Amino acid sequence: MGLSGIEIFKKLPKTNCGKCGVPTCLAFAMKLATGQAELDACPDISDDVKEEIGEASAPPVRTVVIGTGDRAVKLGGETVLFRHEKRFENPPAFTLFLSDKMDEAEITSRLKKFNDTVYERVGVVLRPELVAIKAESGDASKFGALVEKVCNETDAGLVLMNEDADALSLVAKGCSNRKPLLYAANKDNFEAIGNLAKEISCPLAVKGNNLEELSEVSEKLIAMGLKDLVLDSGARTAKQALEDQIIIRRFALLKKFKPFGFPTIVFPCDMADNLMKETMIACQMVAKYGGVIVMSEIEGHSVFPLLLASMNIFTDPQRPMAVEQKIYEIGATNESSPVLITGNFSLTYFIVSGEVDSSRVPSYLLIKDTEGLSVLTAWAAGKFAADTIAIFVKKSGIEEKVKHRKLVIPGYLATISGELEEELPDWEILIGPREASYLPVYLKQWSAD
Amino acid sequence: MTFEVPKVSYTGKIRETPLGQEGNTVTVGGESCYSFHLFEGEMPYPPKIAMEVYDSEPEDWPDTALEPFADVIKDPVAWARKCIDTYGAEMIALQLASTDPNDKDISADEAARITKEVSDAVDVPLIVWGSGNVDKDTKVLKAVCEVCEGKNLIIGPVVEGNYRAIGAAAIAYKHTVVASTPIDINLAKQLNILLGNLNVPDEKILIDPSTGALGYGLEYCYSVIERIRMAALVQEDERLQFPIISNLAKEVWKTKEVKVPESEAPLLGDMKNRGILIEALTAQCVLLAGADILVMRHPEAINLVKESIKDLMA
Repeated sequence: MGLSGIEIFKKLPKTNCGKCGVPTCLAFAMKLATGQAELDACPDISDDVKEEIGEASAPPVRTVVIGTGDRAVKLGGETVLFRHEKRFENPPAFTLFLSDKMDEAEITSRLKKFNDTVYERVGVVLRPELVAIKAESGDASKFGALVEKVCNETDAGLVLMNEDADALSLVAKGCSNRKPLLYAANKDNFEAIGNLAKEISCPLAVKGNNLEELSEVSEKLIAMGLKDLVLDSGARTAKQALEDQIIIRRFALLKKFKPFGFPTIVFPCDMADNLMKETMIACQMVAKYGGVIVMSEIEGHSVFPLLLASMNIFTDPQRPMAVEQKIYEIGATNESSPVLITGNFSLTYFIVSGEVDSSRVPSYLLIKDTEGLSVLTAWAAGKFAADTIAIFVKKSGIEEKVKHRKLVIPGYLATISGELEEELPDWEILIGPREASYLPVYLKQWSAD
Repeated sequence: MTFEVPKVSYTGKIRETPLGQEGNTVTVGGESCYSFHLFEGEMPYPPKIAMEVYDSEPEDWPDTALEPFADVIKDPVAWARKCIDTYGAEMIALQLASTDPNDKDISADEAARITKEVSDAVDVPLIVWGSGNVDKDTKVLKAVCEVCEGKNLIIGPVVEGNYRAIGAAAIAYKHTVVASTPIDINLAKQLNILLGNLNVPDEKILIDPSTGALGYGLEYCYSVIERIRMAALVQEDERLQFPIISNLAKEVWKTKEVKVPESEAPLLGDMKNRGILIEALTAQCVLLAGADILVMRHPEAINLVKESIKDLMA
């Protein structure tokens, strides 16, 4: 993030041709400096300048892509140590571990579970992203057969784990169109595996037995011209992994140390003897800088909480998450179920819908678009005013769903009830509790008559 | 090439805070680095876990959380003893939930009587947590302070609206206070200043920056804790150099995701282990952010967190 907008501007063609989609080169430079535009959008820029600016404006942790198409996973691109300083960019990829020593039925069932495990929350799809396949049998044909099976059964990105360059080459060339992560170049094999990764243009994991060794191998691979690396510091305990992850991120951000300017791969699957503990370690990696997080199993009770943790930690602190504006039906609603309205800040939605759910009183929850602001903030900003609420209520279709005309508004908005009654003359406005936690008590005594 | 690890130079330190009374003191705080950053500083006292006990039988818990306590849920004293004797609790957190005017609304005297009984029965530090209703908490927690004089209970939540009354009682009867603010570093600092002005001793203050469960706003608490620690340790903000407490179990165990049975949501997996992990992962996140005391519920979640603390302190 080195160059300012003006510095970038000096290197642009200054034709103001507008082909990049921005009217002037200066405006384009400003967008580049804040990461809102891509250099490739300029048709006239020379390759030398492109490299120079690209280098200087690239995030200190390179963005590396594993896999292709819909299932391509972006990792890295990070610019801060703490999420409150700006935001974390690309959430970690939870990865299913498979070995060519496992029996066929076991592999089939684990893969099926991996494929089936997809959640949606606030319109975001959450799922484990990658499959890691390790050569442990010593039989190259077995490894090849397993990779083929996985390729046939999932579109997900792959991590091919075989430190024997020849054996890896054989298999990797067969599926290089899937852009697998090759694992791993170490101090002994880095030339052969580095050349393979270059030849087939795949991202490459680098493994050291400690940070110093990792930096040396990484440096050599960079010198060979490799660009998309993923780092394994060799740590296989929770404590060492925490330390290494922190130090790698600090080197990249504070010292602009290129050999550590890449996302990481970590192995909770090798750090615990049961899935519960493994999940705890994986959670540590979510908060502290893991990229590819390899798990021995994908089970809902473990991966769902991990995906929630990842979603929380990677939420942009400057942009509240919002849910869709619509009617949410909670429970088996009918024409005399209560109707409540609130804003679309995702936390408001989760808490209110959770309390309504636990009241066991089936209800209609109207979520109005408040641009992700909480109720009071939205009201203060004019996003939750009587006139806009009235328009939404009329258009929402709720009048066809219920016979009664009673609308419960948040207790904090008691002041707008008069105004709202004027805007919605058919409706009686009821003032709900101030805190969502009192909703169950409130709803239990609510009546349509 | 010289391989010099970029270290943070910490200029501040978290205040060492002894809890409980002589003979069964547990000390928290004392950190001179971000949590578990032991390659560049010290954490003389590992974080502690307080086990929850409720003043009356809980009504809305999923069976998976009730099961370990099924034999004691009607009796707070027996419940507290079971936490200590069976589950090795390092601290107890008595939740006075039934004092809530919107719940059972038991009287301040009744709450104080229950608290006294529990405090007499335990030999670990005791946290006493009100319902969160500002006015009722004032009455309840003042009464608790008085009947448990000299026991150095940890009393909370003390908020802007009642800090004078509860703070004064805590000073008079020698207890520690939990300064509670709604996820805002400036409000946290301000309340600590106000408590200081009231003459609450510095070693008798804990910070509660509010807690959300995994999937329910955890990120806000995570970041406010990280920011408080950063201000305390590298910006020498003295009024934030207090240990942090996170009252997380009651947030976790009311969420939909711990209550949905596997039969209704097969992709969410085993309900018991899911609830345990949602609690343990919430704890793991606030621990990594910088919490010193976690209020937790399920014994298996507690064991996972204890093991993680041990591994990271090794």
